[in-house]
Amino acid sequence: MSLSDNIPSLTIAAVREGLLNKHFSAKELAERALKYAEAENPKTNAYLTLAPERALAAAAKVDDAIAKGGYVGVLAGVPLAVKDVIVTKGLRTTCGSRILEHYIPPYNATAVDRLEHEGALIIGKTNCDEFAMGSSNENSAFGPVRNPKALDRVPGGSSGGSAAAVAQGTAVVSLGSDTGGSIRQPASFCGVVGVTPTYGRVSRYGLVAFASSLDHIGPFARTVEDAATVLQVIAGHDDQDATSAFAPVDDYHALMREPASGIKIGLPKEYFDGLSSETGAIVDKAIRHLEKLGCQIREVSLPHTKYAVSCYYIIATAEASSNLARYDGVRYTIRTEAGTLADMYRNTRGAGFGAEVKRRIMLGTYVLSAGYYDAYYKKAQQVRTLITQDFREAFEDVDVLVAPVSPFPAFRIGEKVDDPLAMYLSDVYTLTGDLSGVPCMSVPCGESSAGLPVGLQVFTKHFDEATMFRIAHNYEQSRAQ
Amino acid sequence: MRLTDEQVRYVADLANLRLSDDEVVRMSHDLGQILTHIEQLNELDTSTVEPMAQVLFDAEETATLREDVPRATLGERTALANAALSGSGYFKVPKVIERS
Repeated sequence: MSLSDNIPSLTIAAVREGLLNKHFSAKELAERALKYAEAENPKTNAYLTLAPERALAAAAKVDDAIAKGGYVGVLAGVPLAVKDVIVTKGLRTTCGSRILEHYIPPYNATAVDRLEHEGALIIGKTNCDEFAMGSSNENSAFGPVRNPKALDRVPGGSSGGSAAAVAQGTAVVSLGSDTGGSIRQPASFCGVVGVTPTYGRVSRYGLVAFASSLDHIGPFARTVEDAATVLQVIAGHDDQDATSAFAPVDDYHALMREPASGIKIGLPKEYFDGLSSETGAIVDKAIRHLEKLGCQIREVSLPHTKYAVSCYYIIATAEASSNLARYDGVRYTIRTEAGTLADMYRNTRGAGFGAEVKRRIMLGTYVLSAGYYDAYYKKAQQVRTLITQDFREAFEDVDVLVAPVSPFPAFRIGEKVDDPLAMYLSDVYTLTGDLSGVPCMSVPCGESSAGLPVGLQVFTKHFDEATMFRIAHNYEQSRAQ
Repeated sequence: MRLTDEQVRYVADLANLRLSDDEVVRMSHDLGQILTHIEQLNELDTSTVEPMAQVLFDAEETATLREDVPRATLGERTALANAALSGSGYFKVPKVIERS
């Protein structure tokens, strides 16, 4: 294939084929992708930083390996965007926050190391809600991201830039992070594939901590196959992250191609209340499609779902209030001077953090404060046990759970910013995946009458990403025919 | 449930956050609203439920321990490169103890 008109629809396999058959070089591809990203970015604000030097240096290595018959990695020449909460050595990493506006990390996240080792070209760092706190990307200190499918609407959050970059086609794949739905919800809003692997499946080393017991790194892609390829590279134990799991990593490509027939799918009934009627109809159609593929469908119950928002906003904010204590005007470039150390801390943090981050630090500090710990934090941890048991019990009867990602498609920029509780409540279908740690993903399943994408959420048992990809890949492929 | 302005300022102090008067008013409303919603957890009897601090998987207790061998560290210059203010190999901060 020629390069000229295909940047927005390239896949990992197409890049490899083009490079190995000398249709284009990695350098040409990198230049093209960078030029395209630069031209498109004013429309969406998906990138905070472009990385031409890094991408071109990586491309030169790929071209050299191809010329000399050296190792050509599985992601050789693939344009990759990385959410700006994942650290990149020597490349500015802001977390969408003023307080890290000038921060240049001295090391790479493990996921970044592994992707670059396989030849991926990091073309830039993507915009996101400040410290990944938000569901619309409107909490970035550097301006909102606009949804490439409808520029007056949000791309979802917090990984809005990573979803938009892949939807817009400026990157073939991207990395995001998910603490309460921050990969799946923007994937759903932008019409791309987004994967939240099992907690511990991908090392968190170098993912700037928001809520450590809930944080995940995962991929965005335009196809299930590409998302599986990226996860295959970044999954697996890392001794830099004590919570990273030892479980062996399955061969996703081989297993996802098995037919879907016979797989037992549960529909958690609590996830189908309160849907917009259009989203409900699109998701229903997807379920009927899965039934035609030979899946056995039955209703199940996850009875503690309605407590997920309360549970999550205690645990996540408590952990965040502790994790964000490090931004104190000493180590991370920005300081607001004051006469005393305590005032310097307070002024730096008061000036450096945005409204949503302050709200969460305050809530987290309150629920951990003396006299409230048992009533809030311990209670939430107990409810987390109940939510996790719901999944365990459901998975005794079914292999997979299928549900909507969000009650509604992408909303208008500004529509929900003044009501934080309403924004939190809209995350209800995605929080449970993070709280329980099971793998989950969003795969596109249709569009509303206004042309807004809707995603289908697929959950499986801990470490059974292979079955999740199998359902999503079979669905995607048969739907495309 | 609503937090008083005084309670908000107390928590802000614990969190080392300077809030403007407007922010205090807004915060007392927003936190009150969220905490009211969170009260729904009291519907659940959790007296016999173990708290879950972390997603845990089967592994040897010592699985996460590695060999105790020295590894290269960042080094002083690199570690200080992002400091707001540094000097003589240290992070510099406002004076903490006044001499009388």
